[in-house]
Amino acid sequence: MIEQQTHELPPRGTTIIEARGVGKSYGSVLALSEVSTTINAGEVTCVLGDNGAGKSTFIKIMAGAHPHTDGVLLIDGEARNLSSPREALDLGIATVFQDLAVVPLMPVWRNFFLGSEPTKGFGPMRRLDVATMKAATRSELIAMGIDLRDVDQPIGTLSGGERQCVAIARAVHFGARVLILDEPTAALGVKQSGVVLKYIAKARDRGLGVVFITHNPHHAYPVGDRFMLLRRGRSMGEFPKDEVSMDDLTSMMAGGTELEALSQELQETLGADSGIVRDMQAELRA
Amino acid sequence: MTATAALPSDERLNSTSRRTRVIRRPEVGAFGAALAVLVFFAVVAEQFLTAEGVGTWLNSASRFGIMAVAVALLMIGGEFDLSAGVMTGATGLFVGVVTTGYGLNIWLAVVVALVVALGIGALNAVIVMRTGLPSFIVTLGTFFVLQGLDLALVKLVYGQVAIQGLRDVPYYGSVQPWFGGSLSIGNARIAVSVLWALLVIALATYILLRTRAGNWIFAVGGAQISARQTGVPVLRTKIGLFMGTAGAGWLVGMISLFQSSTAQSSTGVGDEFIYIICAVVGGCLLTGGYGSAVGAALGALIYGMTRQGVVYAGWDSNWLYVFLGVMLLVAVLINNWIRTKAALAK
Repeated sequence: MIEQQTHELPPRGTTIIEARGVGKSYGSVLALSEVSTTINAGEVTCVLGDNGAGKSTFIKIMAGAHPHTDGVLLIDGEARNLSSPREALDLGIATVFQDLAVVPLMPVWRNFFLGSEPTKGFGPMRRLDVATMKAATRSELIAMGIDLRDVDQPIGTLSGGERQCVAIARAVHFGARVLILDEPTAALGVKQSGVVLKYIAKARDRGLGVVFITHNPHHAYPVGDRFMLLRRGRSMGEFPKDEVSMDDLTSMMAGGTELEALSQELQETLGADSGIVRDMQAELRA
Repeated sequence: MTATAALPSDERLNSTSRRTRVIRRPEVGAFGAALAVLVFFAVVAEQFLTAEGVGTWLNSASRFGIMAVAVALLMIGGEFDLSAGVMTGATGLFVGVVTTGYGLNIWLAVVVALVVALGIGALNAVIVMRTGLPSFIVTLGTFFVLQGLDLALVKLVYGQVAIQGLRDVPYYGSVQPWFGGSLSIGNARIAVSVLWALLVIALATYILLRTRAGNWIFAVGGAQISARQTGVPVLRTKIGLFMGTAGAGWLVGMISLFQSSTAQSSTGVGDEFIYIICAVVGGCLLTGGYGSAVGAALGALIYGMTRQGVVYAGWDSNWLYVFLGVMLLVAVLINNWIRTKAALAK
C-alpha cells in the first residue's frame, strides 16, 4: 500500500476546527455573519439551512475558496485565513462538492487517483502503477464498506450514492482529517440517501471530523452530533444532539415566527378552512 | 500490499462477461470494419493482396494513420485541430523554400520546421484556453492563415505554387531515406512511413493507457471542471495535445516531401476532416473523453485500403467520398450504441 496518509488522525473528540464569529462580506453585501461552531475528530457537525441561508459561503471559507472577512477561524488551535483549496487540503481539510469532481466515462480506479496518480520507474519509463492503483481503490472502498464488483467499470455506471461514496473514500485515502460534504443527499432518493448516511457514519467511526451540509433535518438528525443552523446568513445557534429534538430542528429551520406570519397571510387570502393553512397551523402547534 | 492480498476474491467479478469486456473497448467496431473491407477488396480486386498492392495501401494508410492517432488523442482530450491537414503541407513547403530558395542546410531546415510546427500547436492551445473559444473556430482560423501563407509566400518567392529542385540540395540524400525511404521485404516494398506509423501508434497507446499524462487526457476531455478540481494540469495537457497534432503534421509533411521530393501549396488541405473521420471510425467520441489510438489507426487503415481498393477495382475514385460519408455516419451510430451498451452492461 502506498503511504498517502499525511495526517495522523487525532484522538476522538479533539477539536480540529473552531469558528468564532466568522463572517464574510462581499463589498457591502453581508453573506455570512457571526457563525460559531466546532468540528471535532470522530464527530459529525451538521450545517442546516434553507436555500440562500449561507451554507455555500460557509463551506467555501473552510474549503479555502474564499477567505473570511470577520471573526477567527482556528485550525488546531491556530488562527488561519485559508487562501487556497490547496492550503485547506494540506491541513487535511477535504471538500466533496456536489458535482463530486469525477469523470463519468473513466473507470473507477482511474477516477480514484485522478490528479495524484502513483507511478513507478524513472524518466521516460515513468508509468502508472496500475496494480497498486486498482488494489488500493478496492481495499479503500472495502474499508468504507463499499463492495464494488469491478473497479474497471466507468464511474458513470455507478448509482448516485455509490459515486458519492467513492468521492468520500478518495478524500479519506488522500489524508483528510476533516471531510466537508456539500449536500451529499440532495439529489438522491430515500434508499440512496440512507446508503450515504451509512458512509458518513463510517467516516466518523474512522475518526474523521465530518461537516455535513444539508437542508434536510431528517437526514441530519440520525448521524449528527451537533447541529448548526443558518438562516439568511446568520447563525441561529449551535445545539448538541441531547439538547434538541428532530421537531425542534424542523421548526427552527422553517423559521417559527416567520411561518406563523405566512400562515396568517395565507389565511387571509385563502380562508381559514383551506388545506394548506390548516396543515401549517398544525405544524406550528406541534 | 498485505491488506490487499487478504481481500476476499469477489465471486461476482465473473459476472462481467467477456463479451462486455471486449465490447467496452473503443476499437472493436473499427477492427470488424477493417476486416470486412480487407476481405471485400481482396475478392473484387485481384491486385489488392499482391505484395505491390499491400505496400501501396499500407503507405497511404500510414500517413493518414500518424495524423489520425494524434488527432484521436486531441479529440479524447476534448478538442479539434482543423489546421492539422494544412500543417502537413506547410512544413513541407517551409523546408522546400528555405533550402532551395535560401540555401539553408537541409537537416537544420527539417529541425526548424519541427520547432515552428510545435510553436503553432502551442499557440493554438494557448488561444483556445485563454479565450475560451471552441477549438473548432480557433484552429479554423489557423487553417486559413496557414493556407494563405502557403499560397502567398511560396508564390512570392518562386512565382509558382510548387517546390522545384529539392533533389539538388546538398545532403538531400542523407535526409531522404529517413522519411521517404522504403524497405524491401521479399518482393514487397514497405515505406519507412509504415515504421513511423507503428512507432506513433505504440507511443500514443503507451501514453494514453500507462502514464499520468494519459489519465489527464481522458479527464480533460471527459469532464474538464472535475479534472481541474482534482489538480490535473489542464492547460499543460492541452498544450501537449495540440503540439502533438502539430508535431505529427510535421512528420507527415516530411514524409510526403521526401517521398515525392516536391511540395505544393495545396498539400494536405481538406485532409483534416479525413483524420477526424478516421478517429471517429476508430471509436473516438466527438464529445471527448473516450477513444483509442489503435482504433484511430484502424480507421486510417480502412481509409487507406478503400482508397487503393477503389483504384484497383477499376472504379471512379470519387466513389471513395461516398463511401467515407456513409462509413462516418454508420461509425457514429455504432459508437453511440456501443457506448450505451458498455455503460449499461454488467
